[in-house]
Amino acid sequence: MDMFAVWYFVETTINGALIGLMYALIALGFVLIYKSTDAINFAQGQFVMISGVMVAALAADYGVPVFLGAIIALVFMILFNVMLERIVLRPMIGRPVVSIIMATIGLAAFLEGLFPMIFGATTRALDLGIPNEPIIIGDVYLTPINVVGGAVAITFFAAFSWFFMKSRKGVALRAVADNHQVSMAMGINVERYFVLAWSMAGVVAVLGGLLWGSAIGVDNTLAVVGLKVFPVVILGGLESIPGAIVGGVIVGVVEAWGGTYIDPAMTQPWFREFFPFEGGGTKDFLPYLLMIVVLFFKPYGLFGKVIIERV
Amino acid sequence: MFHRESGYYKTSYASDSALYPLPVAKWAVAGFAVLFFVVAPLLVSSYYLTILNLVGIAVVGALGLNILVGLTGQISIGHAAFMSVGAYTAANLATRFDLPFWITLPSGGLMAAAIGIVVGFPSVRIKGLYLAISTLAAQFIIDWFIVHTPAISGGFQASIQVPRPSIFGVVLDTQRELYLFILVTVVIAIVVALNIARSRVGRAFIAIRDQDIAAEILGINVRRYKLMAFAISSFYAGVAGVLYTYYSGVANNEFFPLVVSIDYLAMVIIGGMGSVLGAIFGATFVTLLPITIDLIMSSLGPYLIADAGSLSGIKSHMRLILFGGLIMFFLVVEPEGLNRLWLNIRSYFRVWPFSY
Repeated sequence: MDMFAVWYFVETTINGALIGLMYALIALGFVLIYKSTDAINFAQGQFVMISGVMVAALAADYGVPVFLGAIIALVFMILFNVMLERIVLRPMIGRPVVSIIMATIGLAAFLEGLFPMIFGATTRALDLGIPNEPIIIGDVYLTPINVVGGAVAITFFAAFSWFFMKSRKGVALRAVADNHQVSMAMGINVERYFVLAWSMAGVVAVLGGLLWGSAIGVDNTLAVVGLKVFPVVILGGLESIPGAIVGGVIVGVVEAWGGTYIDPAMTQPWFREFFPFEGGGTKDFLPYLLMIVVLFFKPYGLFGKVIIERV
Repeated sequence: MFHRESGYYKTSYASDSALYPLPVAKWAVAGFAVLFFVVAPLLVSSYYLTILNLVGIAVVGALGLNILVGLTGQISIGHAAFMSVGAYTAANLATRFDLPFWITLPSGGLMAAAIGIVVGFPSVRIKGLYLAISTLAAQFIIDWFIVHTPAISGGFQASIQVPRPSIFGVVLDTQRELYLFILVTVVIAIVVALNIARSRVGRAFIAIRDQDIAAEILGINVRRYKLMAFAISSFYAGVAGVLYTYYSGVANNEFFPLVVSIDYLAMVIIGGMGSVLGAIFGATFVTLLPITIDLIMSSLGPYLIADAGSLSGIKSHMRLILFGGLIMFFLVVEPEGLNRLWLNIRSYFRVWPFSY
C-alpha cells in the first residue's frame, strides 16, 4: 500500500470528513442548546452514550427491534431533557458560566453511573443493518457506516436549516437565541422554546447514539465522543450551525491525517532525532492544538458571534 | 468558634482586611494548630492519616484553582495537567540529580507556573467558554507530551519511582511522618493564599473577575494580572502534584487525568468561589465523598446485595451517581457553596438567641 498515492490521500480525507460530519451531528446538539438557552452542556457525549446504551440493551437483552428501541430512546430523551431543563437548568439561569459548566459535568457523572448500573456495563454491538463491506469508488474505499452517518448528518443539517430559516417556531427560536428579553416583549414564550431546544438536542443525541454506537460499539466509552465536540464547536464558533459542520469536517480530516501521516512519520529516525517522542496517538490532541491556533486569530471561532463588550 | 462581634464595627480598611478580625481568632487558630500538629499525629490511626494527607494535597490544589477561578474569574479545566508537570519535574530532579525535597518542591511548582503562563496566554485574547475549552486542550496536550517523551516520563508506563523525602537525615517514609510534611506545606499554602486575597494583587484579580474592561480603565494591567493568576494557580497545582508524588512514591500521569481536573473545579465551586475557607471546605468534601460512599456501601451493601461481584460494580456506579447528583443538588440549592452555609450558620449564632 502506497502511503503517498493520491487516491490514498483522497480516501483518508473523505473518510475523515465523513467522520467529521458525525462529530458535527453531536456538536449540533451542543450548539442548539448554547444558542437558544446560553447553557453549556458538557453532558452531550453522555446523552449520546445513554441513548446508544438504551437501544443496544433493549435489542440485546429484551429482543426489541432497533427501530422500535430508537423510538423508545427518542421519547425517553425528550422527556428526560425537558425534565432536566425544568429541574436543573432553569433555576440556574443567570448564574456564572462556570457554575453551569459544573452542573452539566455533575450530570455527566450522574448519567455515567446510572445507565451502566441499570443496563450493565458490558460492551454491546449495535446493528443498524448497515453492511460491513467497504464501498469502492475507483481506488477509494469508504466505510459504509461513515457514509450513512455523513448522509444522515447532512440531511439533518438541511432539515434544521429549513426549520430555522422558514418555520414559524424556528424563527421564534432564533429570536430567543438573539435576545431573551426582546423576544419576551414580542410575545414569545421564551421558556417553552428553551424546552423545545433541549428536546431537539435530545433528538440529535439519539441519532448520534445510533450512528456512533454502530460505528464503535456501545458502552461507557461512547461518551468520549463528547470530548471531540469541543474543538468542533469552538473552531466553528459556539453559536453557529454552519460552523458546527465546518468545524466537524475540519476536526475529522485533521484527525484522519494525523493518524495516517503524522503518526507513522513520528516513528521515523529523522523525526526522532529532532523530537524524541514515542508512539503516536496524535489524533487525540491535534484537533485541540488546531483549535488553539485558530483562537489566536479568531477569538470567537470561525463563524461565532463576535461579542462587543461594554462596561 | 462563634467568635464574632454582634455587629459591624470596623472603621478602617486596615482593620477590615486584618488576618485576625478579633483577638479570639488567634486563639482559635492556635487551637486548630494544636489539633492538627499535636493531637492528630499522636492519636489518629494511620489509615485516617492517609486520608488526611489526601485532603491536605487536595487543599493545596484547590487553593490554587480558587485563585484562578474564584478570584480572577478565569475558568480552567486543566488543573491536573499542571499537577502532572510538577510531579514529573520533581521526580526527574529527585532521581537524576538526587536533589532534596526543599529544592524539588518549589521547582516543581515553578515549572508548572512556567507552563501555566504559556497555557494562560490565550486568556489575553479569549474568555468564558472559549478559554475553558482551551485549558481543556492544555490538559490533553500536556498529558500527551509527558507520556510520549521518554526523557520526561521515564519511558516504561510513564512512571518514575521517587525516593521518600528526608529532612535532617530522617527519611519520611510512613504516612505519619509524611502527614507533618504535607501539613506544613498546607499551612504555608493557606497563609500565602489568604495574603494574596487581601493584597494589591488580590484586589486586582477581583477587579478583573468583576469586569475586566472596567479594571483596565482603572489602570490595572489586565494581561499581566491574568497571566499572574495562571502562574500562581499553576504553582499551587505543581506543588500539589509534587506532594502527591512524595505521598504515593511514584510519579505517574495516571494520577492526573481529566477527571481530577474536574474534581478540583468541583472543590472550588462546591466550597464557594473566591474564599480560602471555601476551597478548604470543598477540598475536604470532594475528597471525603467517595471514601464515605465507599465506607457506607461496604458496611450496608452486604445486607442488601448478596453477590460480592455485583456489589463492587454497584459501588463504583453509586459513587458516580452520588457525586454527580450532589454536585447538581448543591449548585441548584446553594449556589454560593459550603462557605455560604457556614457563614449562614455563623451569622445565625452571631446574635443568638436574639435573632433580630
